[in-house]
Amino acid sequence: MSQEVEIPELGTAGLLRFAWRQLTSMRTALILLMLLGLAAIPGSLIPQRSQNPMAVRQYYLDSPELARWIERLSGFTVYSSPWFSAIYILLFISLIGCVLPRTFEHFKSMRAQPPATPRNLSRMESFQEFSGQGSELEIAKEWFKKNRFRVRAEGQSVSAEKGYLRETGNLLFHLSLILILLGVSIGSLFGMRGEAIINKGERFISVPTSYDTLSFGKLANEESLQPFIIEVIDFVAKYDLLTNAPQDYTATVRVTSAGEKTSTIKTLKVNSPLTFGNTRVYLQANGYSPIVTVRDSTGAVALQGPVPFLPQDGNLRSIGAIKVPDADPQVGFVASFLPTYARDGANGGISVFPEALDPKLLFSIWKGDLGLDSGKPQSVYRMDTSKMERIALDSLKPGETFSYPEGSITFEAFTPWINLQIVDDPGKSYALYGAIAAILGLLASLFGRRRRIWIRITTTGVVEVAGLAKNGAPGLPAEIEKFVAHLRREI
Amino acid sequence: MQTTWAYLSNNLIYAAMGVFALSFFAHAFETAWAVRTPDQSEGTEGSLKTKTLDYTRTERAARIATALMVLGFLLLLGGVIARGISAKHVPWGNMYEFSLTGALAFTGAYLAALRKYDLRWLGLFISISVLLTLGTAITLLYRDSAPLVPALKSTWLVIHVIAAIISGGVFLLSNVIAGAYLYLDSMESRGERKAWAKRLPDLETLDQLSYRLVAFVFPLWTFAVIAGAIWAESAWGRYWGWDPKETWAFITWVAYAAYLHARVTIGWRGKRAAWLCLFAGSTFLFNYVYVNVWGTGKHTYSGL
Repeated sequence: MSQEVEIPELGTAGLLRFAWRQLTSMRTALILLMLLGLAAIPGSLIPQRSQNPMAVRQYYLDSPELARWIERLSGFTVYSSPWFSAIYILLFISLIGCVLPRTFEHFKSMRAQPPATPRNLSRMESFQEFSGQGSELEIAKEWFKKNRFRVRAEGQSVSAEKGYLRETGNLLFHLSLILILLGVSIGSLFGMRGEAIINKGERFISVPTSYDTLSFGKLANEESLQPFIIEVIDFVAKYDLLTNAPQDYTATVRVTSAGEKTSTIKTLKVNSPLTFGNTRVYLQANGYSPIVTVRDSTGAVALQGPVPFLPQDGNLRSIGAIKVPDADPQVGFVASFLPTYARDGANGGISVFPEALDPKLLFSIWKGDLGLDSGKPQSVYRMDTSKMERIALDSLKPGETFSYPEGSITFEAFTPWINLQIVDDPGKSYALYGAIAAILGLLASLFGRRRRIWIRITTTGVVEVAGLAKNGAPGLPAEIEKFVAHLRREI
Repeated sequence: MQTTWAYLSNNLIYAAMGVFALSFFAHAFETAWAVRTPDQSEGTEGSLKTKTLDYTRTERAARIATALMVLGFLLLLGGVIARGISAKHVPWGNMYEFSLTGALAFTGAYLAALRKYDLRWLGLFISISVLLTLGTAITLLYRDSAPLVPALKSTWLVIHVIAAIISGGVFLLSNVIAGAYLYLDSMESRGERKAWAKRLPDLETLDQLSYRLVAFVFPLWTFAVIAGAIWAESAWGRYWGWDPKETWAFITWVAYAAYLHARVTIGWRGKRAAWLCLFAGSTFLFNYVYVNVWGTGKHTYSGL
């Protein structure tokens, strides 16, 4: 015995209209806003791939099962996940549905006259009456005009309104949020981001193959790459002698922009990037490259030049791999570079200061197959020693050479490298204008006061004054006092 | 020379702590002494419950308490300035300095509000929380005065951080008031207010005050976030990267935006609004404590 429940026929159009009304209601908008806040939380507690890919990898190693579940819920990419996107897209649709009609309405009401004077003024706020002289309406009109009220005169009454700025600000604020979102989208669709490590003395030419990492937005490609050349002439890092904390990084570079024949010398610092059109170049990190010469058993040079090492701590103990695929058999060095060498009982060789006061290169030598031809991607800082055999272990100071049966290695010198971050974000100026407009709108909407003041002369010659403040805006009684005082003084 | 200024700063901070402690006792004395048990002659069995308040007896204590608060503020101000001179940069390069300046902003917000509203009943709470903040700062968070790391060398450090500190001070003050609202509300729902709480403003005033503070400072917080984004663009190559600090600043912004909408558009008042206000404020505190101490990301400098 089932009871049929009668459902009124809505139809597709009706259903859509119902959904639209629900979505654009203030309550839904508020819930979506709170949801957006809550949805942002997991991304601050779980490591995110976009900021810290190493930590995500570590997460996989520590608890693979949990990591797989987090991955399924887009937990490592929260801010580009479907559910996070769904919330903010719905919120913005709701916002547009809310703000656009209000904008039209506001535009209409700004051009319209203020509403007529209510019949019974004594019911309104700050009601006052006094016996008049007859010319009050004219004086009132002048006062309203001088104070930039909108005025509507009708028979023996004047209705005046002021403070449209509040709603204008409110709408401006919400519309600017849309502009910010637009800027963010343009940036992620048409933008580009890349990194490159350059040794002091080397040149970087902005073509795809020069980048160590390079990624484009969905609608951008290699053709949108800004062409320029940067030559690193010098790099100086200063450190505090007591705390070892960095104090200043300054790179001196020679810059050639696209289509220009001459180059200019510029200074690149942490907080002052270089600019090429929309593209900016940032000084992001730095380290040391030991300069080595590796010879084979015949004494012929198999490898020569600087090899960038990756810093591991604040004192720039750096690790790296020197791979010599051209030697026969292949040889490789698993090495660490210590700018200021010291010995530590627990860790062996360490660095005690980030500047190169007493540099030393520590290494183990391996021979066999470097695995470079296997097609598997390898880190330039690490070496796959699974198919190799260790043949020696030593440490060198600059200028020293170590010989082994298959050849020799000379630690010639060392040079600093800098890591450049190259970013093109064509949407950021929209986001900035949006942000500035949002603040202005916010100020206007929070501090603007919309209010009406009415004046009427009754048939018995009594002057009635009253007002109305919207949203409980303060200050109306004082303003009416001033208005009445003016009326009385002028007469 | 530099270390002289650093020592001076430390001494001023200790002196300020002493003065805030005295101010706390003066406030406590004022609150306790104002309660008058009726004379035996007029007392009946319920006399203990009908304690009355007589603030004429304690007006002097209240004045002394406030004067001490002002003195504490000035000593703290001196301490913060001396710290800045010793380090040769604005005194908010690490969490210790940020705590000092935050406590200064909090006291400043209270003293500024005091000029308009009689909030001396809050003094007890304000003095003890400033004292605890300074105590935590100087024992757990203390770092020797040192130059800034390169990433912090920017004019935006001044602009971004001062906007964040002032916003934080006012948010917390608004939270204290919302908390007081909820406490008094539950007290009133159980009957009359206790004697000591009778002087406190009525619920309506507290509700309004807590809202006004948020409405006043929300644009400043928006500015702090935007200034941070502009700085991040020139220092890290992106204006927004969902760094934990950025994320929580965003969450705080969203929570206060929801609070303002709930009040202005939907018309929430009283209890519900106060809870929402407390929630929004707690996201700010979480950002300050959790992200600085246990969090990772780009907002961690010089230890803390």
